[in-house]
Amino acid sequence: MGEKLLMKGNEVIAEAALRAGCRHYFGYPITPQTEVAHYMAKKMEQIGGVFVQAESEVAAINMVYGAASAGVRAMTSSSSPGISLKQEGISYSAGAELPMVIIDIVRCGPGLGGILPAQCDYFQMVKGGGHGDYNLTVLAPCSVQEMYEVVVGAFNIADRYRTPVVVMGDGYLGQMMEAVEFRDEEPIAKIDKSSWAACGHKMEREHNTITSIYIEADVLEAHNNKLQAKYREIEKNETRVEEFNCEGADVIVTAYGTVARIVKNVIKDAEKEGIKVGLIRPITLWPFPSESYAKYADKVKGFLCVEMSTGQMVEDVRLAVNGRNTVDFYGRTGGNVPSQSAILEEVRKIAAKKK
Amino acid sequence: MAIVFQKPHGLTDKAFHYCPGCTHGIIHRLVAEVLDELGIEGDTVGVSPVGCTYNNYEYFNCDMVQAAHGRAPAVATGLKRSLPGKTVFTYQGDGDLAAIGTAEIVHAATRGEKITTVFVNNAIYGMTSGQMAPTTLVGQTTTTTPFGRKPELHGYPVRVCELLSTLEGAVFVERVAVNNVQNIKKAKAAIKKAFQVQQAGLGFGIVEILSICPTNWGMSPAKSLEWLEQNMMEHYPLGNFKGKDLEV
Repeated sequence: MGEKLLMKGNEVIAEAALRAGCRHYFGYPITPQTEVAHYMAKKMEQIGGVFVQAESEVAAINMVYGAASAGVRAMTSSSSPGISLKQEGISYSAGAELPMVIIDIVRCGPGLGGILPAQCDYFQMVKGGGHGDYNLTVLAPCSVQEMYEVVVGAFNIADRYRTPVVVMGDGYLGQMMEAVEFRDEEPIAKIDKSSWAACGHKMEREHNTITSIYIEADVLEAHNNKLQAKYREIEKNETRVEEFNCEGADVIVTAYGTVARIVKNVIKDAEKEGIKVGLIRPITLWPFPSESYAKYADKVKGFLCVEMSTGQMVEDVRLAVNGRNTVDFYGRTGGNVPSQSAILEEVRKIAAKKK
Repeated sequence: MAIVFQKPHGLTDKAFHYCPGCTHGIIHRLVAEVLDELGIEGDTVGVSPVGCTYNNYEYFNCDMVQAAHGRAPAVATGLKRSLPGKTVFTYQGDGDLAAIGTAEIVHAATRGEKITTVFVNNAIYGMTSGQMAPTTLVGQTTTTTPFGRKPELHGYPVRVCELLSTLEGAVFVERVAVNNVQNIKKAKAAIKKAFQVQQAGLGFGIVEILSICPTNWGMSPAKSLEWLEQNMMEHYPLGNFKGKDLEV
């Protein structure tokens, strides 16, 4: 590994993107992700890259759509209400199979909600906030170090599969400072985009078209089937999860992002009381690591899903457990964070159940 | 035998799907002729709108990107900033550009994006079957102004060239029409100049083209041309608003 720095999560997002070869950033200010834009504005001008402060989130995602059409690595970043505005462009990008990275540093909703951290964008990112049959690959880091790693990885996944990739973190991950160790050289996937990119054909080939519209039913269905086949490949190859302390656990708690770190402390507290707690931490929210839950469904007294929402990921956990065990939920909203003691109390209730 | 007239190379062999009498075909040809004359077909990327010409990517022989409704200037911004040496144009109708895409066109012009917009104004929504456009004239009957456009209910028709002319970033602004041979020649000259302004890196350029929609106006093509001359030209005066004397 290379240099180690103390940096804010949002700045690490920008630095990671630059290290991944991204030279095209388009954004619109919104708390709590704005430092991404600040960092990009400065660096892009220094290195001859492209930074555009768009007139809206709607325009910003469409600028990314244009840049990605040209075949360059492009990105945007925003936060929940801004992401709602981008959903039109995200749906079009999924349909047109454009590789791009979208950062969502999640704040509270609905509406303007508040600027404090939350995890209430699970539905709009994982289930598709835009129209149509598509999936976004959604990466959910839990530390500034992991933020760096997944942002670099996101560009590779996007290029490899010609698909939009989301990195989603709660506001804490954007705002907090932690040590991050950078690699000297990034593992950048070299993907030839010349067969499809709209970058001028130089009279050497037929003209390329980027589009998401297919007027004839059978043609559109074939296109949708092609997208689905791609999503199955992503599920097969890109699902990522951390299973911690799960073998022989009485209770498995599942959480992602900042909440998963709190759960790790709960595990220590519970151990003092003789309760063995495991953690399943999805790193990809889509594809969802369903197998990790299925594996332990008959072995534990119950599952507990903890989120900074009123219960969004818990639906996927229940689908994964498929009725074979109970899945309880504990969540806080409005910028409140589930406390160690409150989670422990929920764990005790499940542990007290007769098996 | 000498060839005196042929289809420009900038157009594919695909037959247009437009209604009889529609002027999109003429305008497509003018853009393609300009691509041919400037020799830039291989170094141009066009952006298709939403509307009757959503699929003009099938007709233009350069690389093409289809955009969401109204977003073409933002998509073109992303393209041009990624391909600074290439020519990038948008082709948009009045609903796309002057209603749902107003923010995008105004800000692309504000930033002085080095792109060219071909703006087709036929005072109506064509593809969705004849609703009121921002450019629909006062008194004009459409499917959503069945008793005519009334200012007190529906506001006034927007003059896009006059609006954009106030912006420093918009350096070439001209309104033309394709109602007769003389004006078609002027339209082509304006489109060519707008592309050259982009190539010279001077800023944003737009050519507004007064056009007809016989199907949704409910008139014959000949009658439609008369209606354009007698009604549209009064509210939308032809001429260059900016950039006539730019050296390109």
